[in-house]
Amino acid sequence: MSTFVYMTRCDGCGHCVDICPSDIMHIDETIRRAVNIEPNFCWECYSCVKACPNHAIDVRGYADFAPMGHSVRVRREEEKGTISWKIKFRNGTTKDFVSPITTKPWGKFIPKLAEGDKPNQNEIKSQILYNEPEGLNTKKELPSVPKDSFKKGVYY
Amino acid sequence: MISNNPFSTLSEIVPPIAMQSFLITMIALVVIGTLIDIIHKKNVKYFFANAKKAKKSATKELGTGERVSVIARTVLYDIGTTAELGAGKRRIAHLLGMYGTILFWLSSAVMIICYASSSSVTPSVWPIIWHVGAIMTVLGGCWFWFFLRVDVYSEAQPWYRIIKADLFVLALITTSLFGLIWSFLQSLNLNDRWDDKVFLILYIVSNLVLFGGVYWSKFAHMFYKPGAAIQKNLAEADGSRDNLPPKADAPEKFGLGIKREAPKHY
Repeated sequence: MSTFVYMTRCDGCGHCVDICPSDIMHIDETIRRAVNIEPNFCWECYSCVKACPNHAIDVRGYADFAPMGHSVRVRREEEKGTISWKIKFRNGTTKDFVSPITTKPWGKFIPKLAEGDKPNQNEIKSQILYNEPEGLNTKKELPSVPKDSFKKGVYY
Repeated sequence: MISNNPFSTLSEIVPPIAMQSFLITMIALVVIGTLIDIIHKKNVKYFFANAKKAKKSATKELGTGERVSVIARTVLYDIGTTAELGAGKRRIAHLLGMYGTILFWLSSAVMIICYASSSSVTPSVWPIIWHVGAIMTVLGGCWFWFFLRVDVYSEAQPWYRIIKADLFVLALITTSLFGLIWSFLQSLNLNDRWDDKVFLILYIVSNLVLFGGVYWSKFAHMFYKPGAAIQKNLAEADGSRDNLPPKADAPEKFGLGIKREAPKHY
């Protein structure tokens, strides 16, 4: 399962780009709308689905049951402090849930990103993620797999 | 300058029929480009198939009156004020660009069709609308392109990176900007100097790129987006809601006050 974007709903606001922990939600270069650039790396955390103010992001079901009409959709209402879920089963049964939002404001807790420096272009383009390696409680260089050790015939 | 009809002055060297033919060609290019876009992407086919599927989960049948009221509300609020962009800079920039463009195109069409000959007297309101529309488009477009583009604002790309998605907004800005410069230079009455003619050519080229590039640019989004907004609100009204859950039964101001922050945490 992975996320996908309804293009007519998306207005390219960038909230999903901002929140995706896998950094796989990006902006399409032709139509400037959000797109999941690497569905294989999506772990269905639903962060982008919940963050989208236009309900433009949905999660694609597995091929064996998705055609039977299941759906899991979410509506986040900040003013009310609620997040509602609608689960539609493949036999047509539906269940609605409402929970309080427990999200904390950006950077107020750990890690305190609001106090950190803004990354420069080189840091943004590097393979190292923001705040690494210190964010992983180490000052050592992070281990990497050299490209020449990859199996022959497999391209990355 | 602002109350002068630039097309009337232009008619001394270009016959009005040529200007009117150019206008009709541009409209035809938009229609052809949009139709090819629809056929290629199959988006309209998908849109109607999806709307038909969603109708099956509707909980109530909408009467004609309700339907008309939802559509009217959507046109006035969602489309007229680009409500989907929420409150903020993006919405103001979009409104400036949107209404600027509508005023610019409308006044261009009126002045070219009705007042393009040098003998006709143009009511001063039309040239004023044309210039104000162009200025609004340039302001809104530049604000968006330099500061609010999502790839710059949220993805930390440098502002000077130009991608295919910029074709529409840049063509829109340059059309209005070159039109304004051409009108200004023409009003200076420089006789046979080259300045205004160069900007006239740039204005024509920008128009050709803007209207001829519909298939490759985001131009057609101004036709798709209103349709999508109407479908979304009709789905809310008939209870199908695109499978979304209903709004929570909770007081309007009941949360922890945690507002969604601007997506700028790269």
